[in-house]
Amino acid sequence: MSPPAPFPDASRSQRLAAAWADPPGLWGFLTTVDHKRIAARYIVTTLLLLFLAGMVALDMRLQLIQPDMKRMGPQMYDEAFSLHGSTMLFLVSVPVMEAMALWLVPLMLGQRNVAFPRLAAFSYWLYLGGVLMLWVPHALGITPDIGWFEYPPLSGPAYGPGHRADIWAQMITFTEVAALAASVNIVATILKLRPPGMTLARMPLFVWAQLIASIMTILAMPAIMLVTSMLIADRMISTHFFSPSGGGDVLLFQHLFWFFGHPEVYIIFLPATGFVSAIVATFARRPVFGQVPMVLSMLAVGLFGFGLWVHHMYAVGLPRLGNDFYTAASMAIALPVGIQIFCWTATIWSGRPRFQTPMLWVIGFILTFVIGGLSGVMTGAAPLDLQLTDTYFVVAHLHYVLIGGAIFPLLGAFCYWYPKATGRMMSERWGVVAFVLIVGGFNLGFFPMHILGLEGMPRRIYTYGPEMGWGTLNLIATLGSAMAVAGGLVMVANGLLSLRFGERAGADPWDAPTLEWACESPPPCYNFEYTPVVEDLVPLWREGDLPVMDGMSLDSRELLVTSAVEGIPEYRQNSVGPSIWPLVAALAVAAMFIGSIFTAWAVVIGAVPIGIALTIWFWPTRQPATSGPFASRGR
Amino acid sequence: MRRVLALAALLLLGGCAGWQTPLDPAGEQARHIYSFLELILWVCGFFYLLVLAFLGWGLWRARRRSAEGPEIAPADRGLDRALIVWSALIVVGLTVLTLGAFFVDRALANAQARETLTVRVTGQQWWWRIRYRDPATGRWIETANELHLPLGKTTRIELGSADVIHSLWIPNLAGKTDVIPGHPNAFDVTPRAPGWYRGQCAEFCGAQHAHMALWVKVEPPAAFARWLAGQARSAASPADPEQARGMKLVTQGPCAACHTLRGTPADGRPGPDLTHLASRRSLAAGTLPMTRGALQGWIARPQAVKPGTLMPAVSLSPTDLDAVAAYLAALQ
Amino acid sequence: MIPRPVRIVGNLSGLPGSQHGARHLVWWGNLGFMVIEGTGFVLAIGVYLYIRSISPSWPPPGDARPDLFWSSLFTGGLLLSELPNWWVHRQAHFNRPAATRRGVLLMTLIGLALIVVRWFGLHHLNIRWDHDAYGSVLWLLMVLHTIHIVTDVGDTAVQALWLYTHVIGEDQFEDVTDNANYWSFVVVAWLPLYVLLFWLPRWA
Repeated sequence: MSPPAPFPDASRSQRLAAAWADPPGLWGFLTTVDHKRIAARYIVTTLLLLFLAGMVALDMRLQLIQPDMKRMGPQMYDEAFSLHGSTMLFLVSVPVMEAMALWLVPLMLGQRNVAFPRLAAFSYWLYLGGVLMLWVPHALGITPDIGWFEYPPLSGPAYGPGHRADIWAQMITFTEVAALAASVNIVATILKLRPPGMTLARMPLFVWAQLIASIMTILAMPAIMLVTSMLIADRMISTHFFSPSGGGDVLLFQHLFWFFGHPEVYIIFLPATGFVSAIVATFARRPVFGQVPMVLSMLAVGLFGFGLWVHHMYAVGLPRLGNDFYTAASMAIALPVGIQIFCWTATIWSGRPRFQTPMLWVIGFILTFVIGGLSGVMTGAAPLDLQLTDTYFVVAHLHYVLIGGAIFPLLGAFCYWYPKATGRMMSERWGVVAFVLIVGGFNLGFFPMHILGLEGMPRRIYTYGPEMGWGTLNLIATLGSAMAVAGGLVMVANGLLSLRFGERAGADPWDAPTLEWACESPPPCYNFEYTPVVEDLVPLWREGDLPVMDGMSLDSRELLVTSAVEGIPEYRQNSVGPSIWPLVAALAVAAMFIGSIFTAWAVVIGAVPIGIALTIWFWPTRQPATSGPFASRGR
Repeated sequence: MRRVLALAALLLLGGCAGWQTPLDPAGEQARHIYSFLELILWVCGFFYLLVLAFLGWGLWRARRRSAEGPEIAPADRGLDRALIVWSALIVVGLTVLTLGAFFVDRALANAQARETLTVRVTGQQWWWRIRYRDPATGRWIETANELHLPLGKTTRIELGSADVIHSLWIPNLAGKTDVIPGHPNAFDVTPRAPGWYRGQCAEFCGAQHAHMALWVKVEPPAAFARWLAGQARSAASPADPEQARGMKLVTQGPCAACHTLRGTPADGRPGPDLTHLASRRSLAAGTLPMTRGALQGWIARPQAVKPGTLMPAVSLSPTDLDAVAAYLAALQ
Repeated sequence: MIPRPVRIVGNLSGLPGSQHGARHLVWWGNLGFMVIEGTGFVLAIGVYLYIRSISPSWPPPGDARPDLFWSSLFTGGLLLSELPNWWVHRQAHFNRPAATRRGVLLMTLIGLALIVVRWFGLHHLNIRWDHDAYGSVLWLLMVLHTIHIVTDVGDTAVQALWLYTHVIGEDQFEDVTDNANYWSFVVVAWLPLYVLLFWLPRWA
C-alpha cells in the first residue's frame, strides 16, 4: 500500500501522460480518440456552421426588409431557408449538444474517456460528412430548396426532379447515424462509467439531462432515418410509400417525420436545461432547488415529448378528437417545464447570486425562453393553431424556444466552461456587451414576428406586396437580427482574443461544485490523476481534501466501470488508444451514402469497404492461438 | 398585459391590412378563435408576469446577500410549498385553456349542421380553381382566385389538390385547412361582416408559394345570387373589331390549350377559367390588380411577374397583344 | 500544476479486468444498438399497419400474397438456431475456448444456410416493390430484416476467424455472448414480422 499522498507526484502525471497522449502532428489529429479533442473539433465545426447559417438568415432578412425587394428571387430564397433550417437543426443544434456531452460528461464523472472512444471519433467524421453533404452541393449550386422538412409530393419524384431532395435526405442519414453513435456512447458512459459513490441520486442534473436526451435520440432518430430512406426509395426505385395513387399516403411522411421532429426539439432543449442547472448552482452558490422535481420534470419531458407530434399536423384534417387529445397533451408539457423554471428561479431567489456572464445568460434564457414556451402553449391549442401555424407567429415561437431556450444557455455554457477548456478567462466587459447585443437584438428581431403572424404573414414567402402593411415590422425584425449577429461577432472575438490575452484561470475559478473543476485547466490528456470518490451532489463544496481512490493503471489506458444504479466499482476496462479506423470506416460509409443517391446498387457495393474497415477496427489485438487447429507451432 | 399593449401598439405600426388577419374576425369561426386568443393571452400574460415577478424579486434580494461561500444544504420548506402552489396554478391554467380549446373546437364543428352551400376549391401550383354548382342547371360554374360567399349563411368549402400540398387560409373568416392530394378536406365558414378579405396559401408549395393568394367577397345573399348567375353565363361577345381579333387569337391560339372560355371553342383545363376574367378583383392569384395594363404585362412576360410560373410566355406581336388584352379586359 | 489536495480512501487495483453480461461495458453498447434497430422495426411495422389501414383490402385488390413455404422454412430454421446459439452463449460464459470456437463456426454455417433460404424467400414475395404501397412496405420490412441477418452472420464469420487464430481473452468471450444476444434479437424481431407479412394477409 502506498503511503497517503496529499499531492500527486510528478512521475505519476508523466506516466499517465505517456499512456494517454496522442501521437504528434497530423497523424495524432486523424487518429485521436481523446474525447476532449473530438468534442473540440465538433464544437468548432458547429460554431462555424452557426455563423454560416446565421449569415444565410441575415440574407433572408435583407430580402424581407421591405416589400417587393429584388435581392433574391424565389429560387435563391427557397434555397436559403432550406439551408438555414437544415443546417441549424441537423448540423448545429443537436450536434453541439452531443459535443458538449462528449466533452463534459467524462470530466463530470471523474473519468478519463468515454465508454467507446473510437465510436466517438467515428461520430465526428460521419457528422463532418453530413456537413459536406449539404454545403459542398451548395457551393456547387445544387442546394436543396424545399425546406428543412421536405414534404412529399413536393419532394417526391414528380415535383422534385434532380438530386436536391436526395442530397437533403442523405445529409440527414449521415447526421443521424453520427447522433445515434454518439448517444449510445453517452448513455453507456453515464450508466457505467460513474465515479465510486455516485449513485443516480448523486448525479449532477447536467448528466441527467444528457442521459435523457441521449435515450430520446436513440428512440427518435430511427424514425427520420426510416422516412428519409423511404423518400429516397420513392424517388429512386419507384416505391409508393407516399403516393396516393399507389396506395400510399403523403401524411405517412408527416407522421414519421414529426414523430422524430418533435422529440428532436427536446433533445436540443434538455441538455440546455442541464447547462442552466450547472450554471445556476455555481452562481447562486447553492445546489439547485428541487433536485427530485427537476429530475422527474426532465423525465416527464422526455416521455411526453414522444406523445405530441400531431400538433405539427393540426391543419391536415385529422379527426377532431385527435386534435383535442393532442391539444391536451401539448399543453401538459408546460407543467414539467414550468416546474423547472420555478426551481431555477427559486435557486436564484434563495441563493447568493453573483452576476458574471454565465449567470446573465441564465437570466436572458428565463426571460426569453418563457415567452417561447407560452407561445408554444398558444400554438399547442388546435383551434388557435389553425390561425397561427405556417405563419410568422410560428417562426417567432420556434426561434424563441430554440434560441432563447437552447442557444442562450449554450452561450452561457461557453462562458462558464471556457476557463476549464482553455485555462483562460473571457473578458467580462465584452461578455456583457455581447449579451446585451444578442439578447436585445434577438428580442427586437423576433418579437415583431408574433405580430406579423397575427397580421396574416405566412411563412416561407420570398416577398410580399406593399399593400399588406408588413413593411415596418419586417424592417424592425431585420435590424434586430443584425444587432444580434453583431453581438455574436463580439462574442466570437472575445473567445478568440481571450485565448491569447485572457487572465489565466486556475482549476476552479468560479468555485463550482462538480468534479470537472477538480482537474487542471485545461485538463491534461488523462483528465484526473486519481479516481475521485463522490459522497453527495456537490463534491467540491465539501470541506477538506477531495476523497479519491488509487489503483487504476498508470501505464496503460483503463476505465473504471461501475454499477448502473449505485456506482459501485465493478471492473477495470481496457480502453483503446488512437486509431485510424474510425476515419477509414467513416469514409467508407460516406462513399456508400453518397453513391446511393445515384444508384441503389451503391448499398450493396458500398457494404464491402465498410465491412473491411469495421473488421479491422474491431479486430482485437491479442496473441496468436496456442490451441486448436490454427495454433501457431513453436514461437 | 404587456403582450396586449404591445399588440395594440404594434398593430398601429403594422398598418391597415385588416383584410388578411385573424385579429379582425368577420365570420363566426374566426370570432370563436379570436375570443380564445384573448383568453389565452390573458392567461399566458399572467404567468409571464408571475415569472418576471419571482425572478425580479430574487435579483432584488441578491443585493443584500453576503458574499460567503456556498450553502450546501439550504432549508427549503417555504419554497417547497410555493412549488406546489405554482404547479397547481399551472394545472388550473392549462385545464382552463384545454377546456376553452375544446369548446371552440365544438363550436367550429357545429357549423357543419347549418351548411347551405358548397364550394369546391382546388389548389394547384400557384392558383386556386373555384367551382360552384349552378342552382339552375346543376352544372359546375368555374372561376379562379376569387371566392364569393353569402353573408350570414354557412358555406362548406371542399378542398382538393391537383399537385402538391397547399393550405387555404382566409384568416378573417376561419383557420387554415391543408389541401392534400389523396385527402379531401373541408371546412365551414359563416361570414358575418360584408366586404373583401384576402386569403393566401399557407403551406410551402414551390417557387411561387408567395404569390398564391385569393380574394374573398362576402355579400348579402341576393347580391351573391346575382353574382353567381352572372358567372353562369357564357363569355361576353366581343364589342368591336379589335376585341374580335383578340377573341380569335385567344380561342384559336395556344391560350386555348390551357384555358376555358365558356361559349367559345376554348376548353383547356390546366389553367384558370377565363370566362369572366375581368370581373375579378385581381390577376395571377392576387399578384396583380385587374387592370388592362397588368393583364397585358402578365400575358407578355409572366416570368417577370411570377418567376417559375407554369404559364408559358406566348410570343405575340404588340398589336396582337393589344387585341388579346382588349378582349380579355372586357370579359366581365 | 496541482489543482487540489487529495486524500486516498481506497484502492482499485484488486478489481478484475472484465465482467460478465450486463456488468460489462460493451453489453450496454450492444443493448443500445438493439434498441435502435428495434425501434426501427417497430416504426416500420407501424408503416405497414398504416398502409393497411388505408387499403380497401389486404393485400390490395389484385395483389398476390407472399409464399408461405420459404418464409416458414426460414422461421423454423431461425427458431431452431436458437438452440446452438444458447449453447455457444453458455460456452463463452464459462470461458471454454474449444467449445466456443466450434459453436461460433457452427452459427456461421447455420447463418449462411439461412441466408440462402432467405434469398429464395425474397424471390417468392410475388410482388415488386414498385407495384404499389403494399409491395413497397413488404419489401421494406424484408430488406430491413435481411440486412440484419447478413450483417450479423458477417460479424459471426469474422468472429469465428479471429477466435480460431488467437488466444481468447475475457473481453472476447464477452464479445461472443454479445453476438449471441444480438442473434437472439434478430430471431425475436423476425417473429412479429413473419406473422404480419405472411399470415395477416391470409386472415384479413
